[in-house]
Amino acid sequence: MSDTITKRLGPLFWLAVGWLAIVSLLALFAPWLPIKDPDSYFLVRGERPPYSPSGTHWFGTDQDARDMFARIIYGARVSLVIGFVAIAFGMVVGGTAGIVAGYLRGRTDKVVSFIFIVFLSFPSLVLAILITALLDRGLVTIALTLGVLAVAPVGRLARATTLAYADREFVTAARAIGAGDRRIIVRELLPNVVIPMGALALLGMAVAIVAEGGLAFLGLSVEKGPTWGKLILIGAGSRELEKSPWIAFGPIIVLFLTVLALNYAGDRIRSYYDVREIGL
Amino acid sequence: MSGLQTDGRVEQGRLLTVENLSTTFATERGPVRAVDQVSLSLDRGQALGIVGESGSGKTVLSRSIMGLLPSTARREGSIRFGDHELLGSGAVDMSKLWGREMSMVFQNPMVSLNPVMRIGEQIAEPLRIHLGMSRRDARATAVRLLRDVRIPEPERRVDQYPHELSGGMRQRVMIAIALACGPTLLFADEPTTALDVTVQAQILDLIAEQREERNMSVVLVTHDLGVVAGHTDVIAVMYGGRLVEVAPTAVLFADMRMPYTEALLQSIPRLDHPSHTRLTAIPGRPPDLLDPPRGCAFAPRCAFARDRCREEAPTLTPADNPEHRFACWYPVGSAEYLETRERIASGLTIGGRS
Repeated sequence: MSDTITKRLGPLFWLAVGWLAIVSLLALFAPWLPIKDPDSYFLVRGERPPYSPSGTHWFGTDQDARDMFARIIYGARVSLVIGFVAIAFGMVVGGTAGIVAGYLRGRTDKVVSFIFIVFLSFPSLVLAILITALLDRGLVTIALTLGVLAVAPVGRLARATTLAYADREFVTAARAIGAGDRRIIVRELLPNVVIPMGALALLGMAVAIVAEGGLAFLGLSVEKGPTWGKLILIGAGSRELEKSPWIAFGPIIVLFLTVLALNYAGDRIRSYYDVREIGL
Repeated sequence: MSGLQTDGRVEQGRLLTVENLSTTFATERGPVRAVDQVSLSLDRGQALGIVGESGSGKTVLSRSIMGLLPSTARREGSIRFGDHELLGSGAVDMSKLWGREMSMVFQNPMVSLNPVMRIGEQIAEPLRIHLGMSRRDARATAVRLLRDVRIPEPERRVDQYPHELSGGMRQRVMIAIALACGPTLLFADEPTTALDVTVQAQILDLIAEQREERNMSVVLVTHDLGVVAGHTDVIAVMYGGRLVEVAPTAVLFADMRMPYTEALLQSIPRLDHPSHTRLTAIPGRPPDLLDPPRGCAFAPRCAFARDRCREEAPTLTPADNPEHRFACWYPVGSAEYLETRERIASGLTIGGRS
């Protein structure tokens, strides 16, 4: 036992990060990995699909005899990209607007805050349905739709955090050595605001992944190929679910674990960096 | 305006002239005049102490001169820095002076450094902004500056973060940042208040030593007359936003005229007092600047105040020594003052037996 208290992210955090890394790597390198083709039908003569999990089909097959494991990994390619692009868009647009508004205050702040409020008061699902119904249902459209929805919540956090830091003495101290507005925003405020934003990004990614599932239930998710939302929809809507639960539970468990890992990791990062504030 | 660093720099003589400077804050309850008609001047290489209680306006005064005020503040009067007027139309761009010609050491080093930036980078910032140094040169200069402010192992410290340094070390880093571009005027706003008593003297000595070495002017803001005693040439005592007594340090301590200055001095605990001596406190609190008293601002708390003090505000007038100015109707040593003191000593107050 040692007396020194060291801050730790903890083994569960690394477990969560490990899970996210495995899922991401599998998704990234799926075409080059020795997994089955997600769109092939592995029909066995004399037996009716869905086939239960086995050595050949780790997660079983769906009712069309397609390999669930491969479909989940290919689904991850879509779901993770949607989650990442959506939150990245929200961070860049909302984060920039929020930091600038929080630093400059005055009229800029009023205008930006009003836009955020308008976005927040608009029912997000309706907006998503509207955009996907009016435009196409491609990967980029859906990812950016969710990204637009992420702008206001991310921007509000960025603005609030910036407000808290902009009054701190070190910002005045930076002004007192002649640093300009841009330098103060980029060098003094951004590094401090990025930490809570990073934690929110992980949580936001989880929300976006779940939101994709919601869109899939309305039949408005990405048209081509499997996504986690679509896999769950197909599995849960099937008459075979009672006898062969793996057709829905495979993607459900993977999605659940991924969202859990993102939330846990985000939460740990937030509290890990909060501790340092006490040391100040 | 181009670089003051080379042209138009005051090498000796008058560096700073403040005339009738008033600073007013717009608040929800009305305007608050935190600095009221202050005039003072400072020569190159001189050290000025601004002394007063919390709320006397000393911090606002120093920040008003430097121009580091929130947007709700309005300044009136004149501030001349060398040949440049800092107030009104045609005022010079302050951000070019900040860090380069005038810089500030802040009260609390625990919050004045950016927690997520290495200290080397923070020292390098003014060098890169004003002198356009390369990253490598700035880093080398940062190491040299850390050595100047007596930080051991500067090569290692330069890559550390503020939380890895003690409070005294951090204040040394703040001083290094303030000195980086070789300013002519340094503001030190209660630079030792947040520090351990044992470190306070070291920091003050460091500022004094750097002042001498660089022929720099220093404005030392503090509530502690003891702090300014050994480290300033001139002392300005503030109360309720006004200067109430200004004098060369030696003159002030030998012949203080304002009862407030005297009360401030008496409130410092002294080693040569017998143990268990009651500390002398100034009763009451500083005036409400939203609704300042009509007469002398100190009158409600002054043991020597008379009717005139409550009716009419005294102005800053020269004493026998023209460099010594004070604002008091019945100054220390006057007949009325002595009379009141006698009465207090005999256990009576104006209102009767105490």
